[in-house]
Amino acid sequence: MVRLFLAGLAILCACLTANAQEVGLQPILQEHQEIIAKSSRKTIKPAIDAIASSGLPQAQVMLETWAAKNMWMRKSDGLFFAGQKGEGRSYELTDFDTGEIVGTFEKSELKQLKPNSGIRAMIGTALVQFQLTDPNRAKRLAALQSIQRDPESALLEPLRASIGDEPDVELKAQKRRLERLLTIGFDEDTTARVAAIEEVSGDLGVDVRAALNPLVVTSRHAALELPTDLNVAVILEAGSEALTSDEAYDLLVAGNLAPPRVSAVDIRVALSTNIVGGSVGDIPVAQLSSDAMRERAYAALAEAGLVPALFTDADIDAAVNAHVFFETYGEPSAEVTEAAEKTLEQIELKVGLNQTLDLTLDAISLASIYFLAAIGLAITFGVMGVINMAHGEFIMMGAYTGYVVQQFIPDHTLSIIVAIPMAFAVTFAMGVAMERLVIRWLYARPLETLLATFGISIALQQLAKNIFGTQARPLTAPGWLDGAWVLNDVVAISYIRIAIFVLAMIFLGLFLYIMKRTRLGLEMRAVTQNPRMAGSMGINPGRVNMLTFGLGSGIAGIAGVAIGLFAKVTSDLGNDYIVQSFMTVVVGGVGNIWGALAGAGMIGFLQKGIEWMNPSNTLAAQTYMIIFIIIFIQFRPRGIIALRGRAAGD
Amino acid sequence: MNTLLEVSGVSVTFDGFRAINNLSFQIGEVELRAVIGPNGAGKTTFMDIITGKTRPDEGRVIWGEKSVSLLGLSEAKIAQAGIGRKFQKPTVFEDQTVHENLLMALQNKRGWLHVIFYRTTTDDLQKVEDLAVEIGLHHDLSRKAGELSHGQKQWLEIGMLLAQEPRLLLVDEPAAGMTPQEREHTTDLLVHAAKTRAVVVVEHDMEFVRRLNCKVTVLHEGSALAEGSLDHVTSNQDVIDVYLGR
Amino acid sequence: MERSFIAKNPSVLVFLAILSLFTLSVTILSEGFGVGVISTSFVKTLGKTLCLCLIAVAMDLVWGFTGILSLGHFAFFGLGGYMIGMWLMYERTRLIVVDSLAQAEIPPTSAEVVDAIATQVFGVVGSSEFPLIWAFSHSLTLQLILIVLVPGLLALIFGWLAFRSRVTGVYLSILTQAMTLALALYLFQNDSGLRGNNGLSGLQNLPGVTTSQDVVSIWFLWASALALGLGYMLAAWIVSGKFGSVIRGIRDNEARVRFLGYSVEVYKLAVFTLTACIAAIAGALYYPQAGIINPEEMAPIASIYLAVWVAIGGRGRLYGAVIGAAFVSLLSTWFTGGQAPDISLGFYTIKWVDWWQVLLGVTFVLVTLFAPQGIGGLFDLWTDRRHPDRHGANLGPDDGALREKEAME
Repeated sequence: MVRLFLAGLAILCACLTANAQEVGLQPILQEHQEIIAKSSRKTIKPAIDAIASSGLPQAQVMLETWAAKNMWMRKSDGLFFAGQKGEGRSYELTDFDTGEIVGTFEKSELKQLKPNSGIRAMIGTALVQFQLTDPNRAKRLAALQSIQRDPESALLEPLRASIGDEPDVELKAQKRRLERLLTIGFDEDTTARVAAIEEVSGDLGVDVRAALNPLVVTSRHAALELPTDLNVAVILEAGSEALTSDEAYDLLVAGNLAPPRVSAVDIRVALSTNIVGGSVGDIPVAQLSSDAMRERAYAALAEAGLVPALFTDADIDAAVNAHVFFETYGEPSAEVTEAAEKTLEQIELKVGLNQTLDLTLDAISLASIYFLAAIGLAITFGVMGVINMAHGEFIMMGAYTGYVVQQFIPDHTLSIIVAIPMAFAVTFAMGVAMERLVIRWLYARPLETLLATFGISIALQQLAKNIFGTQARPLTAPGWLDGAWVLNDVVAISYIRIAIFVLAMIFLGLFLYIMKRTRLGLEMRAVTQNPRMAGSMGINPGRVNMLTFGLGSGIAGIAGVAIGLFAKVTSDLGNDYIVQSFMTVVVGGVGNIWGALAGAGMIGFLQKGIEWMNPSNTLAAQTYMIIFIIIFIQFRPRGIIALRGRAAGD
Repeated sequence: MNTLLEVSGVSVTFDGFRAINNLSFQIGEVELRAVIGPNGAGKTTFMDIITGKTRPDEGRVIWGEKSVSLLGLSEAKIAQAGIGRKFQKPTVFEDQTVHENLLMALQNKRGWLHVIFYRTTTDDLQKVEDLAVEIGLHHDLSRKAGELSHGQKQWLEIGMLLAQEPRLLLVDEPAAGMTPQEREHTTDLLVHAAKTRAVVVVEHDMEFVRRLNCKVTVLHEGSALAEGSLDHVTSNQDVIDVYLGR
Repeated sequence: MERSFIAKNPSVLVFLAILSLFTLSVTILSEGFGVGVISTSFVKTLGKTLCLCLIAVAMDLVWGFTGILSLGHFAFFGLGGYMIGMWLMYERTRLIVVDSLAQAEIPPTSAEVVDAIATQVFGVVGSSEFPLIWAFSHSLTLQLILIVLVPGLLALIFGWLAFRSRVTGVYLSILTQAMTLALALYLFQNDSGLRGNNGLSGLQNLPGVTTSQDVVSIWFLWASALALGLGYMLAAWIVSGKFGSVIRGIRDNEARVRFLGYSVEVYKLAVFTLTACIAAIAGALYYPQAGIINPEEMAPIASIYLAVWVAIGGRGRLYGAVIGAAFVSLLSTWFTGGQAPDISLGFYTIKWVDWWQVLLGVTFVLVTLFAPQGIGGLFDLWTDRRHPDRHGANLGPDDGALREKEAME
């Protein structure tokens, strides 16, 4: 009872002195007791504002308690306390100001305050200013993120106030940046906003653009005369490309400046509801199968006053001509919109440059995939002139080898290290077998080689399907290849793509080394240029052909492991790469590794370029790319890097 | 005597190697000419240029009374203009009969629509018959060309050339791999053919050239070294140095 | 000429006789006109097989006789199917739409009918307007002309580009394959105007025909047989004359033909385009029997299978192509349809549905290696024709030239 009395006294004091700071939180709460108890989102704002702006340290705890639905009102006197469930149906109440336990009460004596989600959000906003200065760094960070998600003008002041005392350097920088963005959006002082806008010029952050873009959002309007009080962005001419007459008229209709059109559907509906004795407006229903007749019938109805009159094209033109059309900014200050437009333009330019860089990186990565897929072919088709339609299946076998290895070696890093030589061994053996059994009988018959290897291709595909099933098998990349290398908000490239690029470069080096520095390479070149002469020099052409083919196939297998890391491993994996691989070799120029590199580069860049122009449609990109290649071959039938003379097969 | 073909100042370079170097050459409407020269003298390239297989880097190739430039025409157009070529290796269509081979070569319209609606006339059959007699294959008309002996294939090819009724015949080493009797027959064919048209024979074999008994052009390193009768050129010191005196 | 043509090619008469006999017996055994031993669906399979034989004849003409291994003829086949499919779908939808709009109180305008058809046809790809390429779909005559015109034009343009730049051999094969892939990928898009991967469906229902499918299937069988007969005769006539001589010359030794004064490019282009048109007609007859066409059908692999049929049948002879297509496609239907009995090995049961492709692939390799004359070679045994002994040499220097084993004395 004493407490009750004291509390009552406190209210009295609060009323008398009107100095809440000395007294505490309870008087403020009591001042807004009614609306707090009512708990309606529409009316609660003054209460929360008063609590938040009281500057009392205990306000934070109180707001948190409230939001957590742990604040109770004592029915007897209407005072608010933090409540904690005690024994049975009783609750232990704690005073917000003193932190002392007031006592234990039955639930029936209390009323729990249950703020709805709308109110909780408002409380959350009010809490931010406390959290911004919270000693706990994580809480401060969370507060910043919450502001970022949901910026509001009310948060600007608390944010500014909290910058000076921020001990953490990183957070301080974040706060500064956020303060700038909030200033752009919400500061009352136009000059400050303009200054802030100019400050972020050239910043690539997505948040900057998110802050600037709402400023330059425009909406279209129509009016009899150009208004002077609005921030007009541009005046539109009706009938121009920016605003067609139809759109202009729609604007008029939307602004209630003109009656809506009567559409063909409206006419039909009007006619069908006004059928009188088998005819409409004296025209028999059977004749109403043309627009002209329908309009006549409708006109007759309009004359009779049954339907609104038809608005003719001439009427529409007149209405459109009588009005002005313009776009206005949502932002009233012309200075701000102008600065924002200018800054955005600069940012767009920079974003454009960075996007080009990003696109280039993408294209390089695609090119390295094509190169990887084609490098084996550059050996078998390019150097030996053997067309191997089962090349795609070798890639597929490499990927499946990787999958099988992962079944036995659970460690992903180790399994990839094991899988690469395994894949090479498997496809090398397969290639050698194929060369010995089939291809060597068909060296002078490229078309038959094509068909025979195609037979092998469908057999291998079906075998893979029989063994591994039709569903995609996972080949998981090691953890350290997850994620991406992020340069800024625009440019990022995943590690796996970098790894593939590196792998492609290693292969290029390996290929050059084998061809230029090893005995095998020398014999290979000798045999492909003149097998008879090579034979008479003591080289065994059969053995060299076998090894060369095996090498090309083995590299395809390794490429399969790499491709399997980012693509789905299915039995028809090879199909996706075979045509592109051949294109790469043909476009680049047969018989030359640099040709394959140039071909892969061209196809990769081309495909990315076309995709960039029409991002929604990768199918179309591939279509146009192939058409381009067909036309390209018109001008350079022997590819980008063409061999001349006898080696070109003249 | 009018000039049928005039080649002037022609040069061709392959990867830095000058196969033909400022070559000039003329032949009249009815003339037999032998072109000799050591390996790599540019004999085959010379023929490639005239028949349109190789485009020269510079120079002119002028044909016929109307002085048409042959540069820029396709192989087929040049052939239609009246230049026939016989390759070093006998190239006949081995899957087809001698009759079909000759019929295909017969001077007729070459457009695909003409060919598809072509009907064999008695006139054409007679021509084929006559040619077969001339080349000595009239008993083998229904045999496949692939079954013929090497010499017979050479004759068939010459027969096909004659069937084309060309105004200029380019013959590349016709006597290679032939027996003495076959050579004699070949000589007769060529000499006979040269009575009504221009014939250029590229040959290695001096004995064969001597039997042709005609004007000789000696090629060396892509240009004409000497020209005249065989006796004249064989006494030329330059020719002896580079070719005969090896 | 005609008499001497038949006289020179008695095999054509034999072929036509067998084809007529076949058609007649199927008709007698069918459900629509005869005793009903053969089910309607099998009649359709046979009718489709005849269409496949026709495209195989076209393939043989372009590959077996001219030496161009085209991996694009199924694209033309599919295009032909699309062209007829457009009319079938438009007209059938129109009849349905007119029927349903007749229920309305006010008769529809023509624009309303077209809009309703468009909504019906393109609703599945989220559009309700006719793309430009459907401009002629209301007219059967125009669409029938387009069946040969569109693929013919495509073949003409592609062929002109390819042959002009003297792309030959495997390069040309890869290029034709790329063309097919490009076309298939293009058609896979929803905004290609041909309903994306849904393709055109319901093609088996002829607009305005109320007769049962039992009878319609026989009509199509007759039409396919007629087309095959005419196509075969046309092909036989082409290859028997001087034109045939020239194109076989091109196959074995292109350069020599050129020096004879024939412009090889024009001949190749003529054959390529003509066979594309034949393929398109075959497709236009095939897809109404299949009932549905989608871009999947035009994938590059289909065209390679076509080459497989011709090779197994024996290239360079027209009856070989027909036998190959009929034999392999029917056998494939039998195996993949699950009718072939499984073979139990004790530890493993070979299910032919799974293993047929493997068998086909291996068979194909063996045929290419050991019997390039294909099934047609069996006829040589019968007529006692022998291969020339050429010590392993081919009949010409070109990639498409006949091989020693394919040639006959």
